[in-house]
Amino acid sequence: MVVAAAERAMRSGTEPLLEVRDLRTTYSLRGSFIDRLLGREAGSVKAVDGVSFDLRRGEVLGIVGESGSGKTTLGRALLGLVRPSDGSIRLDGREIAGLGERRMRPLRRRLQIVFQDPHASLNPAMTIGALVADPLRFHGLVSDAGELRDRAAAAVERVGLVPADQFLDKYPTDLSGGQKQRAVLARAIILNPEILIADEPVSMLDMSVRAKILELMLALKHEFDLTYIYITHDLATAKFFCDRIAIMYLGRIVEIGPAAEIYSNPRHPYTVSLLRAIPEPDPARAVPRDLPRGEVPDAVAPPLGCSFHPRCPRAFEVCGWESRDLRSQLEARWTRLDEREFQAERALVGDLAALDEPATECVLPAAGGRRGEEVKGVLDSLRAEAPDDPFWRGVASVAAEPHGARVRFHECIDPREVEAGPARLRCHLYDDEALARARSTDRGPGRG
Amino acid sequence: MIAREPVLEASGLRVWYGTEGDPVRAVDGVSLALRAGETLGLVGESGCGKSTLGRAIIGLLPDSAATAGSVRLRGRELLELEPSDLLSLRGPELGLIFQEPMTRLDPLVTIEDHFLEALREHEPELDSEEMRRRALEALGGMGIPPTRFRQYPHEFSGGMRQRIMIALALVLNPKVVVADEPTTALDVIVEAQILGILADLRRNFDAALLLITHNLGIVAEACDRVAVMYAGKIAEEGPARQVFSEPAHPYTRELLRSTISLSTTGLHYIPGAPPDLIDPPPACRFHPRCPDAMRVCAERDPVEVRTGEQRVLCWLHGPEDRIPPGGHAPLERREIALAEEA
Repeated sequence: MVVAAAERAMRSGTEPLLEVRDLRTTYSLRGSFIDRLLGREAGSVKAVDGVSFDLRRGEVLGIVGESGSGKTTLGRALLGLVRPSDGSIRLDGREIAGLGERRMRPLRRRLQIVFQDPHASLNPAMTIGALVADPLRFHGLVSDAGELRDRAAAAVERVGLVPADQFLDKYPTDLSGGQKQRAVLARAIILNPEILIADEPVSMLDMSVRAKILELMLALKHEFDLTYIYITHDLATAKFFCDRIAIMYLGRIVEIGPAAEIYSNPRHPYTVSLLRAIPEPDPARAVPRDLPRGEVPDAVAPPLGCSFHPRCPRAFEVCGWESRDLRSQLEARWTRLDEREFQAERALVGDLAALDEPATECVLPAAGGRRGEEVKGVLDSLRAEAPDDPFWRGVASVAAEPHGARVRFHECIDPREVEAGPARLRCHLYDDEALARARSTDRGPGRG
Repeated sequence: MIAREPVLEASGLRVWYGTEGDPVRAVDGVSLALRAGETLGLVGESGCGKSTLGRAIIGLLPDSAATAGSVRLRGRELLELEPSDLLSLRGPELGLIFQEPMTRLDPLVTIEDHFLEALREHEPELDSEEMRRRALEALGGMGIPPTRFRQYPHEFSGGMRQRIMIALALVLNPKVVVADEPTTALDVIVEAQILGILADLRRNFDAALLLITHNLGIVAEACDRVAVMYAGKIAEEGPARQVFSEPAHPYTRELLRSTISLSTTGLHYIPGAPPDLIDPPPACRFHPRCPDAMRVCAERDPVEVRTGEQRVLCWLHGPEDRIPPGGHAPLERREIALAEEA
């Protein structure tokens, strides 16, 4: 193994080990029974929506995101466990996206994965020895029972399950959570892979054990010259573990850069919010209260423009404001009003479902027998409540019509990748073109 | 904070599971007091008995559990109550917030009806207008828009459901609320929103809150006091600021050191694992893992020592007259194997 590692270090040049370009995966939704009966399309979810990055030999790349960010799907797509719908994955220059199972199988010796739940990763009917040696058998590398056991013993000892004889004949249920995760790591390294994808490897473990497993992973990395992709929701362990960090939100990498830069000088407002939201074990330091409102939106119908814009404290004209944001604003106002005021306003406005179809121009309908002027009055009070809310920067005009109030939003731009210092991000705040477009709307109708 | 009479007081509480021969002593002699308007954090590694203690306090232990000692809610002994009497306390006196809100919300009942049903059950004297007003107020306070009251639980996001469950626990103005890992299933920004809500409860409600968590950051954020549990016992308890800045028990100190946060500069861990609660180590249960263990720690049960508002179960703090001659000598022990861990 040591020889192989040295060889590998020799040929490591400047070429990235893994090059991912504009990778996309799409899940089709099953829809309801009626949908299928009528042959209606139930839509699809873009779990990974145009992701590009390089993985350099020997580095630890952190892929950090909340639930629904697509980080797990991305990890699986790299291994060919999820078929990408578009884009390219090159391993040492060779295209591996979309390879069939038969051609992917030998490559899995070079790419291994460790999942979050060690218990679910280990077949309860097999002994630890058989589980750890299984990849050798499966890939037809070793068939001799004695050699399989020796190789398993060496791997098991390497991950700290010492003495190996005490563990090889045990079953997964006999082991604690941390010990199981060690066994999973032993199985992952037994093929001497080049890339290890670790998907939340410590998040199911107790605080007191996490550090031990992370330390073990770092030691294995140095010993076997491994390259890691560390997938996590936890920015604190990623800070410790990673050389570079990619922050994902709703299927996209919104910011990627050297770990030191991401933590000391986060640029994307989403990264900034994530870092501020982590509670420190220090009662003297409180988490700030002005965190983004709401939650990660539904990936089936993502927001227009930048997916983060509805929650972004710094969003502006071109970030993607639209009809559904108006609905959220109204509902948030009604939550704050007392019941009588709420009922009075609610009686003026018709069905809010008119706002559910994403559009940059919409009519908020008046209730039966009510006039558009009255609906505009509701919007005026909404605006008076928080005139500086980023939402109002997105509104180009509000006009009363006979049966409702017409709201026009500024045209949105889909954020493209831009360079900012050593980081690459998707955010209009760092895109001169988007900033210029926003400035030009200042002179447009309806402002101020 | 003004010291008030405890609303809930556990003393000498024991809970064990299984047969008489080989019982699992999940809670082993715990005394704890909850005061109105105060949040007590209960922390420890998994398998230390935190959840069992929380469940014992609200009378939600499974039938296989046996109890001894006492849990008094405003002077009333809960351990001796008939199940039906206990049930009637749940809601108006004892509130619950779980990790997964869908365990509590009925998927076939609208959000509004959840609230109306709870109020009808426990406060039947209210007229329907008043019930509606109370439901609206509770939901509005948690940021649930009134336009969505007639929707069903599955139509809400995870964070919204957790807010609904908190509102549902609070609508009957309970005296004691137990929250077991209420934010563990949530994303970090939503978790921070919910922690803000829980921290505000101290000011806006008079309930005493027991917050069970494995995350010390959450305790620092939302709790006035903290109790650190190890192997069925309270190792240390006191004001959160004091315990975090000057942990008296080596376990608390090691737990704080092994927490990985944004300000972590070095990896640290506690060797070994929490003990098996069927046959825990003798004397101080932490002694096999304790870097400061002395000879007395393996020989005699530690005695609770109070210093100001802090109490600790550790021989390092005496009492000196109970430590036998030579008891201060460092404990010689076998090396703990790397892989003996949780």
